[in-house]
Amino acid sequence: MITTGIDVGSKNVKVVIQEDGKVLGKGSVLAGLDTGAAISEALDAALKDAGIARDKVEKLYATGAGRQEVKDADDSRTEVGADAAGIAYLFPEARTLIDVGAEEGRAIRVDDRGKVVDFAMNERCAAGAGAFTEAMARALEVPLEELGRLSLTSTKAVAMNAQCAVFGESEVVSLIHQKTEKKDIARAVHDAMATRITSMARRVGVEPQVALIGGVAKNPGFVDSLQRDLEMKVFIPDDPEFVSALGVALLAAGIVE
Amino acid sequence: MAEDSTGKEYWRWTESNWHDPDIDWRKGEIVTAGVDVGSVSSQAVILVDGKLFAYSNMRTGSDSPKSAQNAMDWALEGTGMTLGDIQYVVGTGYGRVNVPFAQRAITEIACHGRGANYMYGPTIKTVLDMGGQDCKAIRVDEKGKVVAFLMNDKCAAGTGRGMEVFSDLLGVHITKVGEMSLQVEEEPPMVSSTCVVFAKSEASGLLRAGWPKERVLAAYCLAMAHRVVDLLQRLGIEEDFAITGGIAKNIGVVSRIERELGIKALKPTLDTQIAGALGGALFASALLQKERKGK
Amino acid sequence: MAKYKTAPLKSWERAKEIRADYYRNYEAAHEKGGLRWAGGAWTFDAVPAGLGDDVYPITSEPYGATIAFQKDFSDRCLEAAERAGYARDLCAYMRNYWGSIILNEYGWVDPGEERKPFPKPDFIWQDHICCSHAKWYQVVSDLEGGIPEYCVDVSVGPYEKTTEHGIDYVVGQLSDGIDWLEKVTGRKYDDEKLIKAVYNTCRAESTWAEICMLNQAVPAPLEEKTMYSLYVLGTLQKSSQAVADYYDELKAEVQDRVANGIAAVENEHARVMTDTQPPWGFLRVFRYMAEKYGCVSVGSLYTFALIGNWIWKDGKFVPRPTPQSLGVEIKDRDQALRVLVEWELSKPEWQHFYHPKYKSDMMIQIAKDWKLNGVMLHYNRGCEGLSLGIAENRLAILDAGFPVMVFEGNMGDEREFDEGRTMARIDSFMESLGVPKLA
Repeated sequence: MITTGIDVGSKNVKVVIQEDGKVLGKGSVLAGLDTGAAISEALDAALKDAGIARDKVEKLYATGAGRQEVKDADDSRTEVGADAAGIAYLFPEARTLIDVGAEEGRAIRVDDRGKVVDFAMNERCAAGAGAFTEAMARALEVPLEELGRLSLTSTKAVAMNAQCAVFGESEVVSLIHQKTEKKDIARAVHDAMATRITSMARRVGVEPQVALIGGVAKNPGFVDSLQRDLEMKVFIPDDPEFVSALGVALLAAGIVE
Repeated sequence: MAEDSTGKEYWRWTESNWHDPDIDWRKGEIVTAGVDVGSVSSQAVILVDGKLFAYSNMRTGSDSPKSAQNAMDWALEGTGMTLGDIQYVVGTGYGRVNVPFAQRAITEIACHGRGANYMYGPTIKTVLDMGGQDCKAIRVDEKGKVVAFLMNDKCAAGTGRGMEVFSDLLGVHITKVGEMSLQVEEEPPMVSSTCVVFAKSEASGLLRAGWPKERVLAAYCLAMAHRVVDLLQRLGIEEDFAITGGIAKNIGVVSRIERELGIKALKPTLDTQIAGALGGALFASALLQKERKGK
Repeated sequence: MAKYKTAPLKSWERAKEIRADYYRNYEAAHEKGGLRWAGGAWTFDAVPAGLGDDVYPITSEPYGATIAFQKDFSDRCLEAAERAGYARDLCAYMRNYWGSIILNEYGWVDPGEERKPFPKPDFIWQDHICCSHAKWYQVVSDLEGGIPEYCVDVSVGPYEKTTEHGIDYVVGQLSDGIDWLEKVTGRKYDDEKLIKAVYNTCRAESTWAEICMLNQAVPAPLEEKTMYSLYVLGTLQKSSQAVADYYDELKAEVQDRVANGIAAVENEHARVMTDTQPPWGFLRVFRYMAEKYGCVSVGSLYTFALIGNWIWKDGKFVPRPTPQSLGVEIKDRDQALRVLVEWELSKPEWQHFYHPKYKSDMMIQIAKDWKLNGVMLHYNRGCEGLSLGIAENRLAILDAGFPVMVFEGNMGDEREFDEGRTMARIDSFMESLGVPKLA
């Protein structure tokens, strides 16, 4: 069965089309202000990538903060359920999932059947998410894609507030004025985020194996800080930002329960 | 900060420089400057014999000492003046220790008091500075000397950074935010005035719920106005009242502050962002004259 | 086709009337030469009852909650308190209360009427159950230009470790307090009224607990949002005849509902409990759960035991029988005070102030006996006291095998509650419990 999963995130709309567990095509479009249009665009992009026509898709499930905007979804799931489903398929040894997106971070504990046992979310206070790194990249006048690599060249840990993104940004400004090297500030930013995320993960209990998904998983600086904080390696699937969309697509097909 | 697929930067407010072509600075006896290196913006102001000669207003960037230099260079541009012609420089603002060519560093509270006094005259008694990362409510006497002040930073700061975040979120150029926020039939309930992160979260929800941009902007401007009115009332307001800093250029926030206070702010005649640097330049003049007398 | 029958509560109007009368009587007390006094929900309100039948209290926490329901008014009160220099992280009820004094606007207003000025109490009769309560009325007195104030220290340890000495300590303070009340009010104290009030207190609290026991039934005859409006009467004046009588009436009605299978939530598919006070301005989250998932909150330790009195018996958590039902006959003032103190010190919601384990054990028992699918904990920034140890409670409940969801908020400060995100968490929690959305 060919199914589609749409993840309407706070920044990007991600679409995955799958058949028998194999990804046929993907699409990702900035959500912007006209979510409806972005959803259509992302869907079209995925269909084009898969090289199939719309009517070949038998079922469509939605997830993400804006899932109600997907008008013709057959069903929907929360992000927690979608993440768990995606990882249950890609990495069944995982017992702890961490998902860091643009606006929110989540930690999910699953049992050996991939069923959600507990979850925690960070939002607002100690947000620790993608929008923060973007703002910091701009403050440092470094392209976002470079921020991670830059932080890896640092050899010095600089303490930074890990409770609040506003405080954190304020501190970055101070560090700049104190002429702290950019690479050290970059590392401090990632360390602070990792601290927040680890703290949240510990609330549900960090049981190996640990999987990391979401857009921020593509940031090598953050991954490095997180692994250091957790004191364990994390598994990052290919295309980590698509795992949620894949998850609901698999649920639609009944490949994952 | 995000750019959309067209690469537009909604948060990028207008940088500017200016000088008065009718002043012959070479004939000046007292040529001084103030440089205000803030968390978000930097300004340089040059005075010749107590008259405003030149200024610049630009983003601070990630290199503090360079910001001071850049601001100064830009203010000097086209004037024929060089840094060496300036007899005394005062540095102020968050990064005041990073103005390498300054003779003195003075707090931005003192500089804003002085600067506002120059900009608005001796009747000014209360100044609200809405800056990039914090807000200051300052009471001054007729000479611009600070009598009392209250600052809000971080939590519930009501600041420029928040406005940048919102303009970016809504895809509205920051210079248009104020006007747009007034295009509502009735004032909506305000978004959280606790924290810009909370407010942004709420605004995203409101957009998803179908609120038009104008309404969301109104809700945010209202929250911001409310925050600073709280600050002002804690300090106590005495007229005349004026607003300095970048957000003074946002009519959506200014009109709502005036409405909630029941007091009109004095109309600015100069770029409101230069108040700190202007105050610095005034202090520089005074210090220079004192030095000369002492000799 | 709904799963169960449902019907509104017949005694609902009576409950509303009692509450409205309470606030009106307090405000109008002086008109006929009566007295007004202020204190917290756990103050020994049976004692001032001995001063006469025209002595009307106002209880701080429900008053703070009443303000919190009225979001615009609450924001003004909170800001007035902050403008006066009081920190934001203080007890939210307290800030609402102080704000209403500073603004001089009474929190209770009848529909269509103007707000009256805040009615100043004639005396303050308080006990110190938490840091905030200790300071609360000192500030009230200052704000109102000085009010005679009497505070009872009750920190004599958890009930299971109560000693005669501890009881003597509290009784002694109450006894001295009666002398103080006579001096301050110029009235002669009536021990008969005290005795009656003590009996009422025990009856009200025991009966409320029995009502909560009835919620073990499936389907639950009551749901928590409604229960808030019912238990509050006990917080207003547990020593009053009207409240004790009402609970008897209510209990009969709820028994009837159980006998006839009448549900609070007609599509009850899942049962949860909450804890700490709810975010008062957002009680619609309960309706959301009921309508979207058929999930009913059957109560909480907070709803059951802030006013209800319970004990452990044979490993079960059961209503504490009243002294009078066990044959105790109060003959004099000293015995009345002794019975009252011993009774109140056993109140379950006091115990966790000494150790979180007391609360965890009770919560776990409730989860078992009330047949719950999961627990929802409000990490309430507005009340240090009831939030004390809540993270430990969460771990203990998880260990006992019950899924737990937490959400952040503030019972009395609506600026610190994120409705959208909380609803999203509830969605995730229901999904993880396997509770489907209702068609």
